[in-house]
Amino acid sequence: MKYIDEYRQSDLAKILAEKISGMTDRPLKLMEVCGGHTHAIFKYGIEDLLPPNIEMIHGPGCPVCVIPLGRTDDCISLALEPDVIFTTFGDMMRVPGSKTNLLDAKAQGADVRMVYSPLDALKIAKKTPQRHVIFLALGFETTSPSTAMTILQADKDKVENFTVFCNHIMIVPSLKAMLDSPDLQLDGFVGPGHVSTVIGTRCYEFVPNEYGKPLVVTGFEPLDILQSVYMIVKQIVEGRAEIENQYGRVVERDGNRKALEVLSEVFEPRRFFEWRGLGSIANSGMKLKEKYAAFDAELKFEVPGLRIADPKACQCGEILKGVKKPWECKVFGTACTPETPIGTCMVSSEGACAAYYNFGRLSKIAQRSTAQV
Amino acid sequence: MTESFVTSPLFERVERARRRKHKIRETHITLAHGSGGRAMHDLVEGIFLEYFKNPMLDRLEDQAVFEVNGAKRMAFSTDSYVVDPISFPGGDIGKLAVHGTVNDLAMSGARPLYLSAGFILEEGFPIDDLRRIAASMQAAAAEASVQIVTGDTKVVQKGGADKIFINTSGIGVIETSINISSSNARPGDKVIVSGTIGDHGTTIMIARGDLELETNIESDSASLHFLVAEMLDEVSTLGTPDAIRALRDPTRGGVATTLNEIALSSDVYIEIREELIPVREEVKGACEILGLDPLYVANEGKLIAIVSPGIADKIVERMQKNPNGIGACIIGEVKAQPQGIVSMTTGFGGTRIVDMLAGEQLPRIC
Repeated sequence: MKYIDEYRQSDLAKILAEKISGMTDRPLKLMEVCGGHTHAIFKYGIEDLLPPNIEMIHGPGCPVCVIPLGRTDDCISLALEPDVIFTTFGDMMRVPGSKTNLLDAKAQGADVRMVYSPLDALKIAKKTPQRHVIFLALGFETTSPSTAMTILQADKDKVENFTVFCNHIMIVPSLKAMLDSPDLQLDGFVGPGHVSTVIGTRCYEFVPNEYGKPLVVTGFEPLDILQSVYMIVKQIVEGRAEIENQYGRVVERDGNRKALEVLSEVFEPRRFFEWRGLGSIANSGMKLKEKYAAFDAELKFEVPGLRIADPKACQCGEILKGVKKPWECKVFGTACTPETPIGTCMVSSEGACAAYYNFGRLSKIAQRSTAQV
Repeated sequence: MTESFVTSPLFERVERARRRKHKIRETHITLAHGSGGRAMHDLVEGIFLEYFKNPMLDRLEDQAVFEVNGAKRMAFSTDSYVVDPISFPGGDIGKLAVHGTVNDLAMSGARPLYLSAGFILEEGFPIDDLRRIAASMQAAAAEASVQIVTGDTKVVQKGGADKIFINTSGIGVIETSINISSSNARPGDKVIVSGTIGDHGTTIMIARGDLELETNIESDSASLHFLVAEMLDEVSTLGTPDAIRALRDPTRGGVATTLNEIALSSDVYIEIREELIPVREEVKGACEILGLDPLYVANEGKLIAIVSPGIADKIVERMQKNPNGIGACIIGEVKAQPQGIVSMTTGFGGTRIVDMLAGEQLPRIC
């Protein structure tokens, strides 16, 4: 595919990988923040190309993984309300709440429908005026502008049977929270790509300035990620800590002004929002402004709203921060598996634990082939 | 970095847990139980094998093979069709119902003879549509040289079913002494795919119309037994009748799931190479947009063959002469260790595990 294959060339990858290998022997821990990066890293086997001293830590950037148990329970409760059509992105269907998930709720009679965009949910609402349509809004600034646009559209069209259960989160407060954590062991960041198309790169300046860590805004193709690792390692070797933009083909320093306007028109920060595995992070969530209260599912419906602690055995927080290896968690691979996940890191295929669960087997393959040589 | 994990007893424990017979934990059927992935396996093993247990079923092939009067070997298979939409570019539910069961028989090396057809119709379903579907079934059956010789019709009230569901069963005869089975793959064998993958599933996703994508992708729905007959003829001519070890049609769950099933049944490791796997540009593009992986997308006119290395090239050449095998090629090979695992060398130069689908393959948001 034109404009895609160019970013997947293995010969260029080899050259980059060799360059990275020759730069330093220092053990480095780099975190990719976005779930999309984690996905690409595993899809293309990028870790195979990195030298053993460079370790990728798979951060909290999968918006599905960080939805806390209590909020998932709220989703299920909303989906089970009479005369409600509950619409969601497909990712959320299998995410376990404290007792069950949306797929089970659907099997038990809830009308849960997968949509590709919030506008599809609005379309369903217009088509079925006798029923109420709730859209489960989640994600970072990548997805929140489309939710905001949909709410503006619903407002303009005076749609009365449509609300949004808002779980949008913001990247900057979560990065801050990670960096403030005393046990953090990271040397640099493969910075958000699509989020940055909206919010720009200027807002990350506190990362090098206050915390002395390099951050490179990065695209999602495998060569993007390798190049970004090269740029981060180069900064470290040269003793620099800066914001660099590897994803210049779509990300601008000031972001997308129109999208930011729409966001601030519709949303305001929540004082606190809980993240699964990381706990409550101040000003990290978004809620609908008073002006758009009519579209807020949390105001229209009652939800249990319980705060449910992650299971005690689960050590996702430490794993997300790179303090612990997935397999150092007591329940890894035994009680907690991709089929029966307990913690956030095992929930989605791009969670760190789920990845390791597979990756361990890969290492076995690697060991065997080295033994043969 | 993972060395200490791999060498620790925990790794062995995880591997044991992975192979453990899965239990059904759910209290209700969910859509994941029908996706062809791991949940469906759990269901089949946890419920159907539990109650229906017998040596023929326990093999978990797409068809049962048995002898009649100690002489001829017969193959018997059944499949139900609930595709939505009922018509799509390249086919419809009727054509699919014939091809699917014919192919399940063909994958044992059988020549399909007779089919049954059971219809579950929803009150209000247009007769004209039914007529079109029946005509399409007859055309597919004639092309495949099989006859629909028995059938059944039920009508349920509106809402009791979605438009039309079809079940077909089929019976065929295996005319040689060949023994084709998912458990026959051996280290050194080559993995062949008969053409481009992911066409059917992608066509259906787009035909559902939720995506407002327009493409010219068509379903690959086709009967494969003539192709299989040519492959069998080739190995028989070469004097190596056992050279075709396993044949499977990678329908639900796609090539990834089928290869995992073979790797598990044969206790082997299968390694495929991304750059060798044929995928149409349009399918690649659609999957890229939808966040799907063609390896997990359904096919309805493709087969996977595991064949002995010595004759692999000859078989591929022969397959390419058949209209349903024009795109045939080798995509990987079978190795001994680690057992039960499928991996892929990516076009980018890395390696990844190609696991069985854990739930339904869902479009991603990030």
